[in-house]
Amino acid sequence: MFPTPIERASAPTRWLYRAALPLALLLWLLPLIAVALTSVRGQADIAAGNYWGWPTQWQAWDNYAAVFSSTPILRYIGNSFLVTLPTVLGAVALACLAGFALGVYRFKANLLVFFVFVGGNFVPFQILMVPVRDLSLALGLYDSLSGLILFHIAFQSGFCTFFMRNFIRELPMELVEAARIEGASEWQVFHRVVLPLVRPALAALSVLVFTFIWNDYFWATVLIQGDHAMPVTGGLKSLNGQWVAQWHLVSAGAIVAALPPVAIFFILQKQFIAGLTMGATKG
Amino acid sequence: MPATGAQGHDGWWQRHQRALAPWLFLAPAAAMFLLYVVLPIGQSMRLSLYDWDGLGTPVWVGLANYVELASDPDFHVALKNSLIWLLGFLLAVPMGLGLALLLNQTVFGIRAIKSLFFFPFVISQVVIGLVFTWFYNPALGLVDKLFGLFGQADLAVLADEDLVTYAIVAAGLYPQIAYCMILYLTGLNSIRPDLIEAARLEGAKGWQMLWHVVLPQLRPASFIAVVVTVVGSLRSFDMVAVMTAGGPYGSSRVLAYYMYEKALSEYGYRMGYGTAIATVLFAIMLVYILFVLWRIYRQERELG
Repeated sequence: MFPTPIERASAPTRWLYRAALPLALLLWLLPLIAVALTSVRGQADIAAGNYWGWPTQWQAWDNYAAVFSSTPILRYIGNSFLVTLPTVLGAVALACLAGFALGVYRFKANLLVFFVFVGGNFVPFQILMVPVRDLSLALGLYDSLSGLILFHIAFQSGFCTFFMRNFIRELPMELVEAARIEGASEWQVFHRVVLPLVRPALAALSVLVFTFIWNDYFWATVLIQGDHAMPVTGGLKSLNGQWVAQWHLVSAGAIVAALPPVAIFFILQKQFIAGLTMGATKG
Repeated sequence: MPATGAQGHDGWWQRHQRALAPWLFLAPAAAMFLLYVVLPIGQSMRLSLYDWDGLGTPVWVGLANYVELASDPDFHVALKNSLIWLLGFLLAVPMGLGLALLLNQTVFGIRAIKSLFFFPFVISQVVIGLVFTWFYNPALGLVDKLFGLFGQADLAVLADEDLVTYAIVAAGLYPQIAYCMILYLTGLNSIRPDLIEAARLEGAKGWQMLWHVVLPQLRPASFIAVVVTVVGSLRSFDMVAVMTAGGPYGSSRVLAYYMYEKALSEYGYRMGYGTAIATVLFAIMLVYILFVLWRIYRQERELG
């Protein structure tokens, strides 16, 4: 167990640990490995009930081609990007401004406003559902990408503001004071002094919000009806309904849907985990 | 306080810049958050006192929706299931800790292994839900094969009223354990080796070491792990929607799903009744929200 480094353990224990590790990983990832394998199985395997054995035919190309050619998954993926990217940009931008206000200035309602952002970020979505749907209908944004984006920006700005405010508060305030003495306006302080310093936080936050929004399913179901604006999570659900027992196709679809956040996670892993724990441990 | 800008003859803006700036910087985020989050909470609570189909004129019914909830057996099932979720989901915290302790070593390739263990958290719950639905399939699922080893073949867990919620919670634990594991791994990074050494000299090891030396230092990680797990459990919607749509016979509904069903599905557009369910859910969550805010408040006061 932890406090004892494995190097101090006896040789057999050390050996056992090293052997057990990949085995544990294999077991842990079994669900995902099974899906990956099935996504390349042939129809014959599925028909013969070979779901868990090694594939006897490899039909990666056919399966993935079928997913792309006979379903609107490309459109779903496109919609997911069209929702996710503006949301990340919008929420992070708003949060930089608000986080600056809450992190740098001391005014009476500061903590109260901060608490509204933090608390609002924890509410169950269901308490927002009916009014947000009505609002979107009233604005003519129901069943549209922009309606979904606006909601996501607004809701994520809660977490993002919390995150940016905590980060900005840790910055050395002497820099801000020095800039002011030199005659910088408040906007210049934000733009020239603080913004360059929060760059690492921006990366971490963006990766995190990207995954949150990409994986959203609830709001896609509530605010979107048709394929024209449906993100991939909602699309995958409906494909699953059409392809009952076509597990090789469902698996291929699931892999396609999961690919963008997974790719981003592996490319920007350090930022992702930094973001997750930076936002978290300050709580 | 140093004067901003040049001297006193500057305009009104120069003199008031420092006082107005925070509000101007706050305005965009605050306006959006108010419109889409804060106001809707109040609107939902108000709506829960009306009878409304979403189209016509809402009719004031006072507390009638809540009275109806009190004797609605479906609501009781959903409430009970939400509590099962809450308690079951909390298992992710010790399991995540266990996994973190196991992986907190420095052997070759451990970084890659850690990130692969975290992997399930990055994937959508819709995908996880689909995968586990397949796992649980009585005819061809892996779980069935496992049960088969013990002579319990063809057990359709997702069609079993008594097992279904536990089966979905188990699926939900998969990514949640990964999340808790990462929080604990980060916490373990900041543990003080001198305290560990001192305890070791005193003869502490194993459980004693974990309980008296390691866990107290992991308190921030534990706090946040519990909070995100509780919030996640009460928000659980995706898994239920994907795996069973609340079935069989509504036996896997949770509050979050039942609310959606009442307000926005073929079961009838009862917006008032739906928002009453949401208000109950919100009230439960409020306990945790206030707990978090209180803790932040204490921290802020300490920091000055």
